[in-house]
Formats: sequence, C-alpha cells, structure tokens
Amino acid sequence: MELAGILIVPLLASGFALLPVGRRFAAPVTLVASAIVLGLAVAVAAEAARTGQVAASGEWLTCDGLGALVLLLVAFVGFTAALFSWGYIAESVKHGRRKSIQLYYALYNLFVLSMLSVPLLANVALMWIAVELTTLLSAFLVGFEDTPEALEAAWKYVVLTTLGAVLALLGFLILYWGSRVAGLEPFTWVGLVEAAPRMPPALLWPAFLFILVGFGTKVGLVPMHTWLPDAHSQAPASICALLSGVETTTVLYVILRLFPVVGVAPGLDARPWFIGFGLLSVAIATLLFIHVRDFKRMFAFSTVEHMGIILVAAGLGGADAHLGAAYQMTGHAIAKSFCFFAAGVTVLGVGTQEIAAVRGLVRTSPLAAIALLVGGFAIAGAPPFAVFVSEFVILKAGLASGQYLVVTLLAVLVVIAFCAVMFHVNRMVFGVPEHEIRAVTVPRSCKVTLALAAIPLVIIGIYVPAPLYDLLKAAATAMGG
Amino acid sequence: MNNSPVLFALDALTGALFLLTAIGVVATRQVLASLQLFILQSLLLALSAVLLGIAQGSIHLFAVAAITLATKTLLIPWLLRHTVSAEVYRTREIERVLNIPSSLLIAAVLIVLAYVVANPLLLGSVAVPFVQVNLPLGIAAMFLGAFTIAVRREAVPQLLGLLAVENGVFFAGVAIVPNLPVIAELAAAVDVPVITLVIGMLTRRIHARLGTTAVGQLASLREQ
Repeated sequence: MELAGILIVPLLASGFALLPVGRRFAAPVTLVASAIVLGLAVAVAAEAARTGQVAASGEWLTCDGLGALVLLLVAFVGFTAALFSWGYIAESVKHGRRKSIQLYYALYNLFVLSMLSVPLLANVALMWIAVELTTLLSAFLVGFEDTPEALEAAWKYVVLTTLGAVLALLGFLILYWGSRVAGLEPFTWVGLVEAAPRMPPALLWPAFLFILVGFGTKVGLVPMHTWLPDAHSQAPASICALLSGVETTTVLYVILRLFPVVGVAPGLDARPWFIGFGLLSVAIATLLFIHVRDFKRMFAFSTVEHMGIILVAAGLGGADAHLGAAYQMTGHAIAKSFCFFAAGVTVLGVGTQEIAAVRGLVRTSPLAAIALLVGGFAIAGAPPFAVFVSEFVILKAGLASGQYLVVTLLAVLVVIAFCAVMFHVNRMVFGVPEHEIRAVTVPRSCKVTLALAAIPLVIIGIYVPAPLYDLLKAAATAMGG
Repeated sequence: MNNSPVLFALDALTGALFLLTAIGVVATRQVLASLQLFILQSLLLALSAVLLGIAQGSIHLFAVAAITLATKTLLIPWLLRHTVSAEVYRTREIERVLNIPSSLLIAAVLIVLAYVVANPLLLGSVAVPFVQVNLPLGIAAMFLGAFTIAVRREAVPQLLGLLAVENGVFFAGVAIVPNLPVIAELAAAVDVPVITLVIGMLTRRIHARLGTTAVGQLASLREQ
C-alpha cells in the first residue's frame, strides 16, 4: 500500500501544480506532497530495516534493504529541495512568469517520481524506463534558467546520458536473453540472482560491461563524466541538490544491483572493474578540484569523487566495505544536497558562481558563509561528519582484507581532495572582500531548509540511530556483502 | 521454429541494407536526407522484425514491427516538424567536424569493431541463426549512430544519430529476445517519441535563444 502511495502522490501533485489558480499554489502543493512521500518512505524503510523486505502489489512493486535506503534518500532530498525551491524559484524567476513556475513544479514532481520508482519497480525492464525518464523529465529543469550556458548544459546532459541509457538497454536485453537461456521467466532482480549461476558467462559478462559503461555515464564515472559538471553547475540550486545528491546515487544503485548477479556466476569477477572505474573517477575528480574556478562546479566534481569512492567500496567486497558503501551513499546524499543549498544561497547573495569573485563572505552574508563552511567540511570528509566515518570504515575494511595498494591510493587521493575543497571554501568564506557586495535578504524558505537539512547532517556522523543502522546493514546484505 | 533458408536470406539482405542506411546517415550532407535515411532504416527494422516473427512464430515481434512503424516512420517526423522550426531544415549543409572520406574510413573500422565485440556472444552457441546476422549488425549500427553524434554539430542530425543508436539496439533485440515482455514493447513505444519531443523542444529553445542550432559549437562550459 505504502509503495503504491509513494508513486501516486507525486503524480497527483504534478497535476495540481498545473492548475491555473495563481502563482502561489504550486509550491505549497509540492511541499505537502513531498512531505507525505517522505513519511511513507520512512515507514517503508523502517519495515525494510526490521524484516529486510517490503512487498506490495506482489510482482510489480517490491523493496528490499538497498532499495529502501535509496528510496529514503530520494524522498528526503525531494522534501528539502521542494522547501528550498519555494523561496529560491520565486526569487530567481521574474514576476509575471506564472506558467514557468507551474511547469517547474509539475516537472519537479515527475522527476522525483521517476527517481522514486527506480528502487521500487520489480521488473528490470520497467526500471530501465524509470532511469531513462529521470533524464528526460529533468532536461528542462537543468535548462530552467534559460541562459545560453544552461541550455548548453541541458543539451549535453540529455544527449550523453540518453546515449548511455540506450547502451545500457542493449546490456539489459542481453541479460534477458541470458535469463531465458537459464530458464527464468519473470525478469526481476531476485530472479536474476537465482538464475545467474546457470547463465552462460559469455552473455552475462558483456551485459554487465554494457550496463556498467552505459549507466556509468549517468552516474558520472570518468571518462564518461564530461556532461556532469556542466549540468550540475547550471541547473537551479534546488535541482542541483536532486541531481547531485540522489539522481547519481539512484543510477549507481542499479549498477550495485548487478554486483551480486555477477558475483554468483562462476568464473566472473566484477571487482577489478568496480575498483578501476572507481579509482580513476576519484583521481580525475581530485585533479580537477585543484584548478576549479566555479564553486557549484567544485561540488559537482565532488559528486564524481564520491561515486568513485562508493564503487571502490563495493569492489573491495565483504560485509564491512559494503556497510561503508551504504553509509557513504547516505552521507553523500545528505551533505551534497546541503552544499548545493548553501551554494544557492551564496549565488543569491553575490550573483556569481566564480570562486575568485567571492571573498570575505562571512562579513557580508554570515548565513551563506557558515552554510558553505559546514557543507564543505561535511562533503570533504572532516570529522565528525558521516563522510569521514564512512571513508574510515571503507579504508579499514580494505586493510582488513589485505588490499593495501587500493587502500593507499584511495587514502592519498581523498586527503588531497579534502585539502583542495577546504582551500577553496576557506578563500571564499574568509579573506578580505575586494569590493562592496550588496546585502540581500535570503528567502525564509531557504533559511528553514538549511536549518532542517543541517540536523541529519550533524547527527548521523556522531550517532546512527538503531533503525538506520539496521537499514544500512540490510542494504549491505543486498549488495552481496 | 521455422528455420527456412529463404527467411534467413531475406533477413540477411535486410540487415545489409540496414547497415547501409547507418553508413548513409554518417555520410549525408543534408538534414532532410538524414531524416529520410532514418525513416528508411526504421522501415528495415520493422521488416526484420516481421521476418523473425514469421520464422519464430512470435506474435510479439509483429507488435514490435507495428510499434516501430507507427512511432518511427510517422510520429517522429511529425513531431520534429512541429517542434523544430522550418529554418533548421533549411540549413542544407550540415557542419561537421570531419570530412566525408575520413568519416567513412572510421565507419569501416567501427563495423569491424562491432564484429569483434559481438563475436564472444555468438560463440556461446546459444544463438539461433538470426542472431548471427542481427546482433553484429545491430551493434555496428549503434556504433555508427554514436559516431554520427560525435561528428555532427547540428542539433537535429545529433538527435537522428541518437535514434539510430536506438534502432541498432532494437535490431539486435528482435533477434536475441524474441519474446520481450509486452511491457517493454509499450515502453519502447513511449520512450522514443518522448526523447524526440524533449530534444526537439530543447532545440527550439536553443534556436530561439541563441539563433543557431549548431550545438557542437557551444563551448562556453569547459575546464580552463
């Protein structure tokens, strides 16, 4: 019941947002809908943490530990970003453009719906369509600000990620072929894990590679990442929070789902590929950090880095590393969405995304400065934030299983990335302002969002509540750990 | 299953023509000609689906053929005409990154590469004869479509390249999964027009805002 509700509520909200009843209607409707979805997602996650599996509507919608974790993260960022949108979009859209605000919220709800349905749909073919729709529904949100740069970013985003999705489609068709050879009828993840030992490796392996490269494009793995910093820096801040915080994670979830499938097949080993793509992504993102000039772009590179770390964690293998991967996904979604909210408030204040143009923010806009500082620390992985703990867990698990080379490389890169991020944030927050910056009033909904989003950000690094810990455990189990 | 050699020969002929249209999309210089080649390619895809449907007695493949005809030969040209302004079609010469002879040379390399990629799947011996034709040719068409996106600077030819990649996947798909679930067929029916609609409307906005559709020349966003 809850699972169906999670899909129906955003659909209704999307329809309501288009009703011609004034420009102030769509935002609260979206906020209420996303609050209901968050409530339902918490209920689903609690059940998944307790039992490891939530089943509704039998064969169409299911949700296990890993799915419930992704669902919860999407619902959470969907809620905070809706709250942030209220003030931010009203501020950045000129008066009188009621239609474009309505269109924004209609697409916003559909975009969130498509991400929510990825972990819920039991049929793998349907799930592919949901992933494809996340791109198509968010294309106009990426180009929402209608500047030449935003349209260019939207174009690259749609063409490259759709190309990746079509490549992955061939992988899924080969996977279906293999499951037919193995005598499997329903094309579900559970069924695939069962059928994998009987599938011909000659089919399973190319299917895995097509999906890894195809969906890896959408996750932003190097070298298929070129569209990501553009889209994640040109979209409105609320959309960036969704794109960077959870859209990438949602697609990575699909790749992680393949891990146990390939894992049980005799003679195949996906781990070197996970570690290779993961380390390459972390390394290139770290290099790009050093020369970055745009602070939203910096947070986008950080997403590439985090996706790489999660992939390495999955590749290291074992229950502990997988627990670290699940924890890292959680920490990333919460911290990265917070960073983009902070970046959005900063852009409202200073009117530019250039790092060099922002100095001494703490004097002109203390709220934005503190938010950027906290967000920067959280995403770079300083203690006591969740990303620090999860990276520590991952490195420790790698050492315990004797993979010293990978652990050393990862540790060095993570430390360099940390220094680079803190260097840039420090220059923006402190230092002497070069010229007078206009004082602006930050919309109230943006302030409330920052305050609300800061609560889990601060808490889960220090204290993981027992139900959340159980959920992370269940997610790690679903990854085959 | 009916493994008649006539059907097999017809499918091989369809496959050869299918590949030729993919090469044609790489080499052609005009937007309208690209669109016509894409429609022809979609017709050949539908024909292959019908041939395989007869050979394997699969009603699903007839549905795939019908959906392909309806969406790709009728709906997509109609959508493009109504979302993209006529001016875009009027730019007859497509700006391109590479000249045609070098493009064709690379296309030849890509076709060989497609056979290399498909080979391990064919050796698995789980493949029916039709897979031997459709899988490598489908992958070759995918590669050529992706290559088209890379060398074209105009928006509509890039979109047609993307749709050609999708055609390639389905050309392989009709052979490797003749009993695709109904739901996947419906999805394909929705997915392709939505891609066209979104990209078409984006093209229109880019054209309205920037006065050009040479998306390949947009390069304000890059690492310094």
